[in-house]
Amino acid sequence: MEYGLDLEYSFNEFLKGFGLSSEIAHIIWLPLPMLLVLVAAVVGVLVTVWLERKISAAAQQRIGPEYAGALGVLQPIADGLKLLVKEDIIPAKADGILFTAGPILVLVPVILSWLIVPFGQNLLISNVGIGIFLWIALSSIQPIGLLMSGYASNNKYSLLGGLRAAAQSISYEIPLALSVLAIVLMTNSLSTVDIVNQQSGAGILSWNIWRQPVGFIVFWICALAECERLPFDLPEAEEELVAGYQTEYAGMKFALFYLGSYINLILSALLVSILYLGGWGFPIPVELIAKFLNLPINAPFIQVFTASLGIVMTVLKAYLLVFIAILLRWTTPRVRIDQLLDLGWKFLLPISLANLLITAGLKLAFPQFFGG
Amino acid sequence: MSIAITTQFICFTVLSLVVIIGALGVVLLESIVYSAFLLGGVFMSVAGLYLLLNASFVAAAQVLVYVGAVNVLIIFAIMLVNKKEDLKPINDIKSRRVISTSICLTLLSLLIRVDLTNVWSLSSPQNSIGEESTIRIGEHLFSDYLLPFEVASVLLLMAMIGAIVLARRDVMTKDISTGLPVDQELIEKSPEPLLTNKN
Repeated sequence: MEYGLDLEYSFNEFLKGFGLSSEIAHIIWLPLPMLLVLVAAVVGVLVTVWLERKISAAAQQRIGPEYAGALGVLQPIADGLKLLVKEDIIPAKADGILFTAGPILVLVPVILSWLIVPFGQNLLISNVGIGIFLWIALSSIQPIGLLMSGYASNNKYSLLGGLRAAAQSISYEIPLALSVLAIVLMTNSLSTVDIVNQQSGAGILSWNIWRQPVGFIVFWICALAECERLPFDLPEAEEELVAGYQTEYAGMKFALFYLGSYINLILSALLVSILYLGGWGFPIPVELIAKFLNLPINAPFIQVFTASLGIVMTVLKAYLLVFIAILLRWTTPRVRIDQLLDLGWKFLLPISLANLLITAGLKLAFPQFFGG
Repeated sequence: MSIAITTQFICFTVLSLVVIIGALGVVLLESIVYSAFLLGGVFMSVAGLYLLLNASFVAAAQVLVYVGAVNVLIIFAIMLVNKKEDLKPINDIKSRRVISTSICLTLLSLLIRVDLTNVWSLSSPQNSIGEESTIRIGEHLFSDYLLPFEVASVLLLMAMIGAIVLARRDVMTKDISTGLPVDQELIEKSPEPLLTNKN
């Protein structure tokens, strides 16, 4: 199944044409995909913020941002600029070092997790063998940053928000990991590229959502809880806790939290589309279309076309899920903290455990459908 | 020296320095909160060392278990019982310090001796298993290390049941600290009135 664009190989060959050694070419190549993904993540955040403002306006029968650019598309950039030039305040009784380190610890793991998001066969930063496990491990660092900023603010609302965030994150990590485990069981690999390839056999029919409907719903609920999106936004419940752990933050440090939560939302949506909705796969397999039209699948033109189609499909699926998340945020009420923990420990955990057991049984019974 | 080896050397130096300085900070700092956060940093750097040794699965497991679970729970516990009180001064602090330092130095010399006398079988980079290690760890856990694996799970189950028994008040009919009968109806009820009448 080795097909598709390999930009790294072509780039290195191109540089070697100028007489550079392969090591130097590799070093010149390394920052390029990282920068590209970073830019993509930030642009994704801008788009999501705009969508959030427009969709929330539509849900509440308002117009939403209108004057900054056509339909207000420049509004997120204006927001970002405002946050950039605001004064950076550290409260007098706060702990300066921890207060600064907190937002960084929240943002860095989220951005690092983009390492494993594939947009095509070779269109990802690094196809590490532990793939999806790396994401689970990295996302478990985040609560430390939240606790740190909650503690350093020297404010009871911040501390309560930080504690809530950590409790929520720990409880929803377990069902999340268990539903990922069911997918890994079917794929026999932790690598995200393998997970997508395993779903690419028969287009939309072979997507994991049909084989793992329970896992899909559990994963989506847990991903929303990990992102602290609205049915589960207890850490920053404004009626009770002002703004939770963000209360004392202003300017760029607040912007880091803001960026972190939106990048995390897009990342979760991307991972749902990779794990359950076939990743970069088109609903009808591209190989079938190429065969039908009598086109060679390995021709450079077709490869560029399928790669762009893959990127478009990944982003499209992710943004469909982001749309659902935004709609959920503006139409559902917040749960209470005891309801949240009950849902996590007494409902999602047993269900995801049962899902894992049933998947293992089905894998033994029908190896051709559930991965041999 | 090639670029890869130089990078590896720089990473190793930085990570080792962070581990040593961080560990000293955990022990020597007065503030318990700083110690807890530094402990997280030490765990992260150890994960980085595993990564340098091509053990990516072990590194991720280290981050998930030690940073994501153990360290978060430690910080959580510290913050839930965050009492701003100074520790009582201890009279014979000097002799205690001398004793603990000598014990630590003895342990260190033991470790150094083991390090120097043991013959380490260093595998060359060619036959390191790298990404295969996930599969190999799974095979070992379910074949020759099955008994320790299962015993560890029983141990964890016991700890969990113990925690539940300690946390549930309706198991005991009398409050341990006050000796009064436990109110079974409202677990979150405060033993003292929340609002005191100041008139």
